[in-house]
Amino acid sequence: MIKFVLMVNRQGQTRLSRYYHSVELSRRAALEADVVRYCLSRKKDQCSFVEYKDFKLVYRQYAALYIVVGITDSENELSIYELVHNFVEVLDKYFSRIMFNLDRVHIILDEMIQNGHIVETNKSRILAPLTTIDKMVDS
Amino acid sequence: MSDVVEKTLTALPSLLSLDSHPGSAKLSSTSKLGNLIRGITELTSKHEEEKLIQHELLAIKEQVSSPNTTMMKELMVRSIYCEMLGYEASFSYIHAIKLAQQGTVLEKRVGYLAVSLFLNESHELLLLLVNTVLKDLQSTNLIEVCMALTVVSQMFPKDMIPAILPLVEEKLNHPKEIIRRKAVLALYKFYLIAPNQVQHIHNKFRKALCDKDPGVMTASLHIYLQMIQENPEAYKDLTPSFVTILKQVVGGKLPMDFNYHTVPAPWLQIQLLRILSLLGKNDQSTSEVMYEVLDESLQRAEMNHNITYAILYECVKCIYTIHPKSDLLEKAAKCIGNFVLSPKINLKYLGLKALTYVVQQDPKLALQHQMTIIECLDHPDLIIKRETLELLFRITNGQNVTVIVEKMLEFLCISEDDHTTIDLVGKVAELAEKYPLKYNEWFIETMNTVFSLGGDMMQPDIPNSFLKLLSEGFDSVEEDRKLRLFAVNSYIPLLRGEPGKLPQRFLQVISWVLGEYSHLREDLEPAEVLSLLAKLLDMKNSSSETKSWVLMAMTKLCKGGADASVTQEVSETYSSSLDTVLRQRAHELQYLSQDPELRARVLPRGSCGNFAFVSEALAAGAAPYKPPHQRQEELDQSKALSLEPYGLSLPISMSSCSITDRQSPTLLSMSSGLSGDTLKLDGIKRVWGREGYLAQREPVEEAAQVEVPSPIQSPGRQGEGDSLHSQTPTQTPTPEPEQEKQQLASSLFVGLASQSSVSLMGKSEPMPQRFRRKAKGQGLGSSFIANEQISSSLISPPSAVDNLLCNNLLDSNNASELAEQTSQLSQSLTTANGTCHAEAELTESDTKGCNPALRRDNCVVAAGPGPHNDPGRLTEVCLDSYLPAELSGLSHSEIAPLCANQSLNLSACHVQKEDSLILVVFIMNSSESAIQQIPAGEVTSYSVAVGQYSLTVKRPAVHVEVVGTVSYQLPAGTSQSLQFSYKVPLTSFIRPFVVSTEEYGTMWLSFSHDTKQNLTLINDNQEPLTATLNALKKKLQLHVVEVIGMEGIVACRLLQDLPCLMHCRVNAGWLAVWLRSPVPDLPDCLIYHCQRALQSL
Repeated sequence: MIKFVLMVNRQGQTRLSRYYHSVELSRRAALEADVVRYCLSRKKDQCSFVEYKDFKLVYRQYAALYIVVGITDSENELSIYELVHNFVEVLDKYFSRIMFNLDRVHIILDEMIQNGHIVETNKSRILAPLTTIDKMVDS
Repeated sequence: MSDVVEKTLTALPSLLSLDSHPGSAKLSSTSKLGNLIRGITELTSKHEEEKLIQHELLAIKEQVSSPNTTMMKELMVRSIYCEMLGYEASFSYIHAIKLAQQGTVLEKRVGYLAVSLFLNESHELLLLLVNTVLKDLQSTNLIEVCMALTVVSQMFPKDMIPAILPLVEEKLNHPKEIIRRKAVLALYKFYLIAPNQVQHIHNKFRKALCDKDPGVMTASLHIYLQMIQENPEAYKDLTPSFVTILKQVVGGKLPMDFNYHTVPAPWLQIQLLRILSLLGKNDQSTSEVMYEVLDESLQRAEMNHNITYAILYECVKCIYTIHPKSDLLEKAAKCIGNFVLSPKINLKYLGLKALTYVVQQDPKLALQHQMTIIECLDHPDLIIKRETLELLFRITNGQNVTVIVEKMLEFLCISEDDHTTIDLVGKVAELAEKYPLKYNEWFIETMNTVFSLGGDMMQPDIPNSFLKLLSEGFDSVEEDRKLRLFAVNSYIPLLRGEPGKLPQRFLQVISWVLGEYSHLREDLEPAEVLSLLAKLLDMKNSSSETKSWVLMAMTKLCKGGADASVTQEVSETYSSSLDTVLRQRAHELQYLSQDPELRARVLPRGSCGNFAFVSEALAAGAAPYKPPHQRQEELDQSKALSLEPYGLSLPISMSSCSITDRQSPTLLSMSSGLSGDTLKLDGIKRVWGREGYLAQREPVEEAAQVEVPSPIQSPGRQGEGDSLHSQTPTQTPTPEPEQEKQQLASSLFVGLASQSSVSLMGKSEPMPQRFRRKAKGQGLGSSFIANEQISSSLISPPSAVDNLLCNNLLDSNNASELAEQTSQLSQSLTTANGTCHAEAELTESDTKGCNPALRRDNCVVAAGPGPHNDPGRLTEVCLDSYLPAELSGLSHSEIAPLCANQSLNLSACHVQKEDSLILVVFIMNSSESAIQQIPAGEVTSYSVAVGQYSLTVKRPAVHVEVVGTVSYQLPAGTSQSLQFSYKVPLTSFIRPFVVSTEEYGTMWLSFSHDTKQNLTLINDNQEPLTATLNALKKKLQLHVVEVIGMEGIVACRLLQDLPCLMHCRVNAGWLAVWLRSPVPDLPDCLIYHCQRALQSL
């Protein structure tokens, strides 16, 4: 099961966070800082999976941006690693024509992951609702 | 994954993060969010950030309340951003709901998004969203319906589900795939938060599974995975469907856009493989259905891409979970080999993880990769190292335990993560205690390291079980003495050194051990120990708990005379302590040190046998100890007043008498917290730790004593068993030149060889945790077949208490009947999956009841004209007559055939007695030859033996599954076994519970576990409430206490005396039911059966 998805920059600042289990607001900042510290401290040739408390972190770096996913031990790390890439490819497909929006990234993520489970991975289907909304706004 | 793709994506971060990138500044200059993000990026300190965000929040707050709707979306996104950084923006919650209600399309979506980010499931504002969702679900605009379904599948107030359920159900038939898909996901959410609400639409889930659109089908798999996890039996019939789906996916039948890097729907494949492994687990026929598709999956996934490896991993796991097939296992093993040997570190990691899983079934596999494992053990990446230790932990046996523990301790020294430390310390302690042959200096040293490294973070049961182990000792008095002396010897230098650096828990252990055993060291003066202990009292960082342990140890040590000055001083200091416990201890110390006679009586030396005091009292006719909750219930039942407020005082009074039975404070508090059966265990050695602890332990010697290993075991335990079983050292030659590694390898993988095909194919394992070292209950017999000796050992592995209790009972009942007969039949019952404990006990009456049945000789033969050819038919025809006489008048369930082999036919039924549930097992001898070898002539062939077991439920589950093995020995010497499982619905254990309304009221308040649910009312001519309650009463044996107007109260009990109360109220066409019980899970299970009962009407 997926516990959370984080996007952080190299300075450790959170760009996006989505939790699939309840974590108090006050505890989130500390957790994120911790998670980022773990991932940033790792070298390129090291494993992309890290143990953190009672769950695992799967992280992937895209230039200055890190995407970190917290998962339970029963999850398949490699499939999550590739899920991150799928997510990034979806973002790439969408944002090649529209500029970045925090809300839109969230909307895309919501199409892909719900309740900690992967619910859609088909790129065109992930983007369908959002592009429809865009069309309605344009017209 | 391809580097090309990776490169094209490097432009992305600038878009996402708006880091000081030339392009991004231009792009976001118009947006206020952009400004905010840029502002924050440029900040250097946390303090500045806080100032900026507070300022921002103020600005948002001001604007949000002005009715300028065009800004709303922007403001909402900025609030989201602020909250994301950890600054609460609760003022905007209500505006998020408003935005979802009133906004235009995109605004609405953002409104919903904000709601799902801001609020949690139980937030009261969520109720305000219900109407909006209702409206949007009925909208003609598909995108609005879509949004509503999305938010519903993320969060929705549980109580309001009935309000929108019909609308969501309706959407399952929508022409658009996306709507159907999202409706299924919404139902999945409902299933997660309130499974009973969607129980009536299970057939619609099936329809979704068969949907022509693959997306809808995929969505339905989430529900199925969940349901199958809970109850695999109910969905076995779907196996061919899942197999067909997987076959089509693997065969590339899905549309191209489902592909990810040319691999067809990889995540879907993974999901299906998970479902299949749940279905095929411990089920040969179901497993056979999936062999072909698994083979195909293995072959198709040969492309070199991460995602195919992810699929392979899942596939391998599945192959090793289901019923084994040798050529698949071989391929899977090869696959794992490729993983661990891969230079790609992520693959290596996954390979180790797979190997860790697989060695539990087949420890031999670790041998094949021993050199790789050794390399991984020295890997610079800690995570790889850590995973390797996990693997080694699974293959530990009596021979390699020292090396593996050493490796773990090495890792502990470099690990900085608390969680890892706690986990590893627990594992080391578990290993150290698991191998009794190692109870020597090594054990003490290892535990010392565990205590120093684990500090005060470790699980509290580690020191407890250590002390218990030390105090109870083993078979040999001399060994015990040596072990204790060694502990004392190792602690003295620690205390002379810098005890301030030791963790509190360790100091407590040391104090206790010195108090009990320092006299074993003859050259050590008590005065010196006393002064060392007194030093601990003076340390600043000693906690008052530690001080109390120290004072108790001193009380045991002081003999007056020369020691008096130290003790006098200490007791004076602490007799005025503000801490009442310390003050108490100080007074004890003072009085006992001055009165050697009293001290000798209160603290006789060497009486540290655990419950000696208790067993003596029991023998003298004292009532056995019952825990507070049990007493409470009994009081309730004997119609006394509830004494709840006094319940609290119990542990205190217990600990105040602790000095008399020479127990450590923690041990005592632990025992008073344990279940009621604990103290009946006197005489049985080696019960250490709590339930979970025992279940993980497998003694070496016992493995050999168990004649026929039961194959029905969770796979998680099989590796251990196998590795314990075999004692042959490894001889696998490896070309690795490095001698050192070779040596390490041979010490690590010792004891894993042999056992090859057996462990692979048979999945066999010795009975877990049968009898601890002294193996009291072995070979207990009862003669329910005239000339056969039947030894029954009844176990329920997850609970040590049950386990030993059973053995005890058996011991007293039947041990005398151990005899010299030729055939031996041993029968063991165990519960599956550890979810429910069926405690079985063989009562005296069984033996009596069974014999007459047996003497009925040829009844079977006489009844069936062709018994030789048709034993199955016999079962049906005649077994009824074999029911023990005292049960024959009672209603029993249908006699169901369980299983059979060439010589035995097993059937079973259960009989509901007023105060018990009896499981009757019919063992029919269907072979001629075996019968001929039974000496006494009067029992001719085709006779039937009947065993009866009284079952009680320890932990409620919807269905209680009893798993057992009949093992028997033919006179020719070949031992055989037959395993069976039998399922009993929880309702069979339910009995009416007659109470008055007042008693009901008192109990209601004292029960802590509850559940609420709406049930359908029966609407026939009668008054609906009465009709429904009567139906429930009839079906489930409940007792209707009273019906007042629209409310009714009902009570029942789970055998023996676990009450459950039910409060029903008619509300808006539903029956609102509220169940309460002192037993966890009981309300939930019962509500399930209530629902089923009402549905079946």
